[in-house]
Amino acid sequence: MDTTVHLPGLTLKNPIIPASGTFGYGLEFARYGDLRRLGAICVKGLSLKPREGNPMPRIAETPCGMLNSIGLQNVGVEVFLQQKLPFLPPEVPIIANLYAQSPEEFAELAGVLGAEERIAALEVNVSCPNVRRGGVQFGQDPEALQTVTRAVVAAAQGKPVIVKLSPNVTDITAMARAAEAAGATMLSLINTLTGMAVDIRTRAPRLATGTGGLSGPAIKPVALRMVHAVCRAVDIPVIGMGGIVSAEDVLEFILVGASAVQVGTASFMRPDRVFTLVDEVQALAETLGIGAWEEFRGCLKEVSR
Amino acid sequence: MNTTQLTVQAVTPGPDPSIVDLTLAPVPWKPKPGQFVMLRPANFGQELTWGRPFSIYRCDEAGLRVVFQVIGRGTERLAALRPGDAVTVWGPLGRGFSTKPETPTLFLAGGIGLAAFGLFAEDPFRLPQAQLLFGHRLPLTAYPIYHEMAQRIPSEAMRQTSGADIEAFSEELSRRIKALGPQGLVLCCGPTPMLRAVARLCLEHGVPGQVSLENRMGCGVGACLGCVATTASGERVQTCVHGPVFDVRALTWD
Repeated sequence: MDTTVHLPGLTLKNPIIPASGTFGYGLEFARYGDLRRLGAICVKGLSLKPREGNPMPRIAETPCGMLNSIGLQNVGVEVFLQQKLPFLPPEVPIIANLYAQSPEEFAELAGVLGAEERIAALEVNVSCPNVRRGGVQFGQDPEALQTVTRAVVAAAQGKPVIVKLSPNVTDITAMARAAEAAGATMLSLINTLTGMAVDIRTRAPRLATGTGGLSGPAIKPVALRMVHAVCRAVDIPVIGMGGIVSAEDVLEFILVGASAVQVGTASFMRPDRVFTLVDEVQALAETLGIGAWEEFRGCLKEVSR
Repeated sequence: MNTTQLTVQAVTPGPDPSIVDLTLAPVPWKPKPGQFVMLRPANFGQELTWGRPFSIYRCDEAGLRVVFQVIGRGTERLAALRPGDAVTVWGPLGRGFSTKPETPTLFLAGGIGLAAFGLFAEDPFRLPQAQLLFGHRLPLTAYPIYHEMAQRIPSEAMRQTSGADIEAFSEELSRRIKALGPQGLVLCCGPTPMLRAVARLCLEHGVPGQVSLENRMGCGVGACLGCVATTASGERVQTCVHGPVFDVRALTWD
């Protein structure tokens, strides 16, 4: 089947996108597979200036998942554009994930990234639970979310703007509608769920920051429910993520309405996972007799209750 | 280097069952001393997310051999592997030790950190002036690899079961590092307090030293940023790709 995904301003060979924060700047995985085979690459969250991130320990393994509190350690946009981006293959669309601490800073960063020809789309990180300023504080208040979204859309020089939503809210569909109303081209969800792990021997939290973001197969049912709800609440495309490990997982997210998916923690389970998923998703879709994504996407039978 | 599916050849508990010797084959690559592999057995399913990093103790026609201590859920699952089981392996990873044959070299190993020096013992002529000092808590018989290595390298072991033992070991570390002098080289792998003490002694006595960090790792490929170490210039670098072996002068030891 033709696995191409057509999104506003962005065409993907297939629906598989490595998620921001789990795939470095892409180059880290070049030895484990051909980057050109991916639908797109969403790179590590970028800020205007380099960030050193949170103290150690920053990661903890939990049943069917992991907690992280990296705190958006990154090289900064300038180093990324000069030292990382030129080495990524031109055939694969690059989605830049951006993080800032104020709407003005978001706009400045979006302007820099929007002006870069090699950047195909911007993903606005308003859902990181691991930073003190910015991050999820913009993603939990519809008005703040709209302010940031408008600022990025205005500065993005016509590039598609994807708003990455937090699951750490009472009603994610309200946030989705707010982002849509503010001009978001697409939405991506879910970011990590805030969680905690503690050690009864040391009597200390397992992360230096106390809490962190939970990801991995443990969060997939929550993610699927939220993607399903958001797809019915908005008219813009949705990129689904949260615990996707297998081809079955990918098709489940497409069935509930996602146009594409991002794959995160699975890349830590084995570094070639996103590459093998590309083939496995196509094979499974063909096995199920799916001729094109649009005849399958969002075709979940309605529940009656 | 890539992701490979290897098959368990043997899983051998030692005289103390908490020390396990695992052999996987066939191995398509040749590692350097100090490099490591990530292992993620099929029996992890989805419950255990990460692979586990291990020093490469041996790598030859018999297969890839890692020796580890059972300390948590991951190593418990690894110890329960059986011949024929499938294990996903990525490696060899990281930067290993940098040595010269003519340099008098002191291996300082703490506990199961001893396995990091196994590849040196494969070739007794690689470092003809090498010697090993091994600090351990379990009885020496619990570490069969010590006896294997002691046949190839002049070795001494010191058990630490009391504060006095630890003090004696610390004094011996200090004496040996000082005696080695600036023309020698210290290589160390063991618990973090030992690494820190050895690094300080090397810096104090002007002796070149390299330490292998055992920070918790998620991915092993530099992407998750979970294993970072702080360099002397304050930069946070991924242990899995910038290490695990670092020059003692490269890191901050505060």
